[in-house]
Amino acid sequence: MQNGKQIKFSDKTLELVQRMMKRYPEGKHKSALIPVLHIAQAEFDGWLSAEVMDYVASIIAIQSVEVYEVASFYSMFNLKPIGKCHIEVCRTSSCWLRGAEELIIHLEKKLNIKVGETTADGMYTLKTVECLGSCGTAPMMQVGPDYYENLTFEKTDSLLQRFRSEGKRKTYLDQPEPRTI
Amino acid sequence: MGKKLLLKYDNVPGIRNYDVYRSNGGYASVEKAVKTMTPEAVTEEVKKSGLRGRGGAGFPTGMKWSFLAKPPGVERYLVCNADESEPGTFKDRYLMERHPHLLLEGMITSSYALGAKISYIYIRGEYYYIIHILEKAIEEAYANGWLGKNIAGSEFSHDIYVHVGAGAYICGEETALLESLEGKRGNPRIKPPFPAVAGLYGCPTVVNNVETITAVVPIINDGGEEYAKIGIGKSTGTKLISASGHINKPGVYEIEMGVPVEEFIYSEEYCGGILGGKKLKAVVAGGSSVPILPADLILKTTNGEPRLMSYESLSDGGFATGTMLGSGGFIVMDETTNIVKNLWNFTRFYHHESCGQCSPCREGTGWMEKILHRLLEGHGKISDVDLLFDIQSKIEGKTICPLGDAAAWPVASAIRHFRKEFEELVKTRELVH
Repeated sequence: MQNGKQIKFSDKTLELVQRMMKRYPEGKHKSALIPVLHIAQAEFDGWLSAEVMDYVASIIAIQSVEVYEVASFYSMFNLKPIGKCHIEVCRTSSCWLRGAEELIIHLEKKLNIKVGETTADGMYTLKTVECLGSCGTAPMMQVGPDYYENLTFEKTDSLLQRFRSEGKRKTYLDQPEPRTI
Repeated sequence: MGKKLLLKYDNVPGIRNYDVYRSNGGYASVEKAVKTMTPEAVTEEVKKSGLRGRGGAGFPTGMKWSFLAKPPGVERYLVCNADESEPGTFKDRYLMERHPHLLLEGMITSSYALGAKISYIYIRGEYYYIIHILEKAIEEAYANGWLGKNIAGSEFSHDIYVHVGAGAYICGEETALLESLEGKRGNPRIKPPFPAVAGLYGCPTVVNNVETITAVVPIINDGGEEYAKIGIGKSTGTKLISASGHINKPGVYEIEMGVPVEEFIYSEEYCGGILGGKKLKAVVAGGSSVPILPADLILKTTNGEPRLMSYESLSDGGFATGTMLGSGGFIVMDETTNIVKNLWNFTRFYHHESCGQCSPCREGTGWMEKILHRLLEGHGKISDVDLLFDIQSKIEGKTICPLGDAAAWPVASAIRHFRKEFEELVKTRELVH
């Protein structure tokens, strides 16, 4: 149980998981572990509790420890609860050269939290991440599946407002916003 | 204007969609390969082209393909390395976002040459929105007979699957990538055996970068010799450069190998000069791992010749006065840039991304990060500079995978070319932030 919900994929999600597992040769279903963990994280409040990881192990038919060791290795898996709006700001060189540090300080002030913390209302979690491959459009941040690039303080502030008014959890599996390219 | 091969149709609206792609000559290389060429002949064209791996190592692609073991009855795999995580590099994202069918076409043609029935695109987890684009393109390719059974009426059948990573720079290293694709932690494997002999699931496997695979398309369409006519010396063809930092026009540029660095930085066709008209201080030319060079050395070699955007010219002078083309992640720094702070930023990155398997890398990257931080906070000692140099020399070449080297080279080169700035920090006890 998590938040009063039983840890079980919906039928639709289970179908997706099974489709995912068929992408790998017979007997190599462990390959589906990382894709399935992404799905589990999206389905169960944006993070992976021990209970969720045990459930994933049972679905893929591997040992729980095989799931723990993978979930703890990759930075995109959250092993603690996070806010609805998970703000990941790139801090690496090219972004730093174009103002990422100032942007991070601005976000800390605006949200009244430090990097790594979640606002008291559970709305925002602020995190810094390493290079997201968006160096030509720095500074930038990722929220759910979307990249927000060439950020200014004003642009960032209006995005924060928009996320609050939308009020829903944004996960990697959500349909990305349309991009003009 | 230089010749464009990969971004030839970059300005065509809707090129991301199958119909537009096809009406602009898309999938011609698959047709040509499966209908008129043997797999060996496709490999031969890639050899003739002189194409070198575009992920960073620059190893000849045709040669890599020819190493693939072909024991009878054993599956062979092509894995596309779309884990692009080298700081300063964003060309693969650009290619996949705008030209997904070009990647699929390259993968089908390459898989035909290699005899692979299944191929995987291993894409970094943060690029999740691009997966939606790739999945749609794959669906279109199946619907139009370019994937699945008997492609273009031939005996060749092929399936492509996208596989998502979850945030680990190390998975760009090909054996770590294979571990990750098998559902494990991304710890690099000891080589040999090389993936060409025992790769994915122990089967012979070729791992190629996104840009490398897309380059196979023009090579097969026009012939390897035509491709080799572009460029200079052993740097044949075109290269995508990801330009970022203090420049007027950051972005992805396709250049013919051999464009002078000075032209690349200052011409309107490319970077458009330094932001705010400031002076150039330094460049990291090929992603964060390659040695940083001060302005005079990036623009000219020690012989006084103009430095060119090619594998050979950028490495002219070795690590003493040269650098590497690497992944083509071109980071430009103006006169105001604090070199030590940038180095700390890089070193923090490598410390964060070290997989922890080898002690020199796991411990050394952390020590270097701490010492650099101490220097920046004004608590450093003059001896710290030599200590840093000593630590990096004990990481380089002493780890299973090249992440150790990648962490060491930026430190060595920053001290080599900018030692004064480190010492100034100690002398003035300057607080930088």
